[in-house]
Amino acid sequence: MIAGLKLHGGVVVAILLLLAFAPFIIDWIDKPFYLDLVTRMVILAIAAASLNLILGYGGMISFGHAAYLGIGAYSIGIPAYYGEYDGLYQLAITIIACGSFSLLTGYVCLRTKGVYFIMITLAFAQMMFFALVSIEEYGADDGLVIDLRSELPFGFSLENSVSMYYLCFFILLFFLFIIHRLVNSRFGMVIRGSAVNDSRMQSLGFPTFRYRLLCFVIAGVMCGVAGWLLGNFTNFISPEMMDWTRSGELIFIVVLGGAGSLFGPVLGTAAFVLIEEVLSGFTIYWQLYFGLFLVAVVLFVRGGLDGLLSKFSRSDK
Amino acid sequence: MDGALVVVQLLNGIQLGVLLFLVAAGLTLVFGIMDFVNLAHGALYMIGAFICASLTLALDSFLIAIALALPATFIVGYLIERVFICHLYHRDHLDQVLATFGLILVFDTLVHMLWGPAGISYPLPNWMNGQVNLFGFVDFPLYRLLIIFSGITVAIGLYFVIVRTKTGMLIRAGASNRTMISALGVNINQLFRYVFATGAMLAGFAGMIIAPITEASIGMGSDILLIAFVVIIIGGIGSIRGALIASLIVGLIDTMGRSFLDDLMKLFVSNQAAETSAPALSAMLVYILMAAILFFRPQGLFPPKTR
Repeated sequence: MIAGLKLHGGVVVAILLLLAFAPFIIDWIDKPFYLDLVTRMVILAIAAASLNLILGYGGMISFGHAAYLGIGAYSIGIPAYYGEYDGLYQLAITIIACGSFSLLTGYVCLRTKGVYFIMITLAFAQMMFFALVSIEEYGADDGLVIDLRSELPFGFSLENSVSMYYLCFFILLFFLFIIHRLVNSRFGMVIRGSAVNDSRMQSLGFPTFRYRLLCFVIAGVMCGVAGWLLGNFTNFISPEMMDWTRSGELIFIVVLGGAGSLFGPVLGTAAFVLIEEVLSGFTIYWQLYFGLFLVAVVLFVRGGLDGLLSKFSRSDK
Repeated sequence: MDGALVVVQLLNGIQLGVLLFLVAAGLTLVFGIMDFVNLAHGALYMIGAFICASLTLALDSFLIAIALALPATFIVGYLIERVFICHLYHRDHLDQVLATFGLILVFDTLVHMLWGPAGISYPLPNWMNGQVNLFGFVDFPLYRLLIIFSGITVAIGLYFVIVRTKTGMLIRAGASNRTMISALGVNINQLFRYVFATGAMLAGFAGMIIAPITEASIGMGSDILLIAFVVIIIGGIGSIRGALIASLIVGLIDTMGRSFLDDLMKLFVSNQAAETSAPALSAMLVYILMAAILFFRPQGLFPPKTR
């Protein structure tokens, strides 16, 4: 068992160390392209971690989580379109926009259960998608190009790709810390309890609807921040960012990594980005194999990568 | 906003509603009986259209192509059930959503491999082209009328099968209480296999009859699937009657919203504000409708009676 903990913890520590020194390693092997890949991975991991908070711990299967990526990205895109590049200002818009969208939609969605919840979150995300597709002013289908990345205080420049990366990495660590504290607090106990048996939590006297709504909003805002980073990173935003297949991929990442485990989303994202990268270099029909892989993961891998690691650890004691 | 245009758009709305019903019928039955969320249902709509496209171009006859493509999609649906879906019934919704999401990627890519990346359009027989004069003042494409007609025929047929036949009785019983009906000695899994394949065939049929207008293209399945989900949620999952009524409501609201919302808004706000916001608002209309209905009736308009 102790060896097991070592293996599981070891993999997590190794990945975090790799991520912490990624720019130096990439500089050393002289493949600057990989820094883009790793940055994208870290941003996706933030989005996945926020989904994991509601899906993995809260049992709320949101099929519309990519909407927050999109809203976050448009929260820089639209100000930038009007020549406003102040990063904190844009971040405030992101938080307000994602907070109010998740509050409003969450208020409706959380009244429903099971598959209704899956479908209604999907429908709200589609609603945002179609709304942005049809607004000609902000580029409609073609999206918007962002000329300059957000300007941050203290002369911290995002135009430098290494600082961009570290900003993403520290936000990831910060959010993982918050999620860790949240799910182990009384608040988190209520959320996890109501995922298992909502009526029991209610009869214990907890107004679970409010707890779940707040959790939904926190996850939405976190994912919005990931969208803010993504828009900055790609310098280009389009409604495609909140396409429903993006939401599906986020769910897949969470399940692949292991829903309801703190570092699962990080493992899942790493695996997802690597698989995508390898397969798409291999054949243009990579999505065929990717789809089959996804089906296979659902059918044969319970508990995701995180679960697999722990299982191996337990058997090799 | 003249009368003729309103009538034409009303008919277009009904035509969209009919199409949605063909897709939603299978979806709602599959969900109602087996508690199974099938995101890959839209793939059958796409596959039906592509098979029909190839057959039409090869045989030079649209009607024979449809006659052959219907059993073909039935078989495809049956095989999908046997190979993938039947392993997923006892899983939770999350697993079902993910696995069928994976299947969408598989089928979209397979169609890409077999038919190439571009869409395929195919011609209608000459006699189906042309306009009909309705009520003395409106010209409406004959083919769209045929779509409405065939959709209504299918709806009546389905209603008859489900309400008046023994198979239909078993299906309704399965939707109400699956455990009980299998305890009474009905092989619900086998029954379900045929329901699934029939639903697949209906979705394929919808794809076949719309593709001459829109062309068969990759991704057409996902587009209609999402609206079909809105339909079955509004109608109440598992209810054929709900699916029919909700399809027509959604079809009409979507079509009418897209054509008349800007005129309507000009009555209340400035022209410019109406022109910029109407397209976005009309695209959101059906989702707003769904949210409103779920807010007041989380189980949909016509939930089937259970237990």
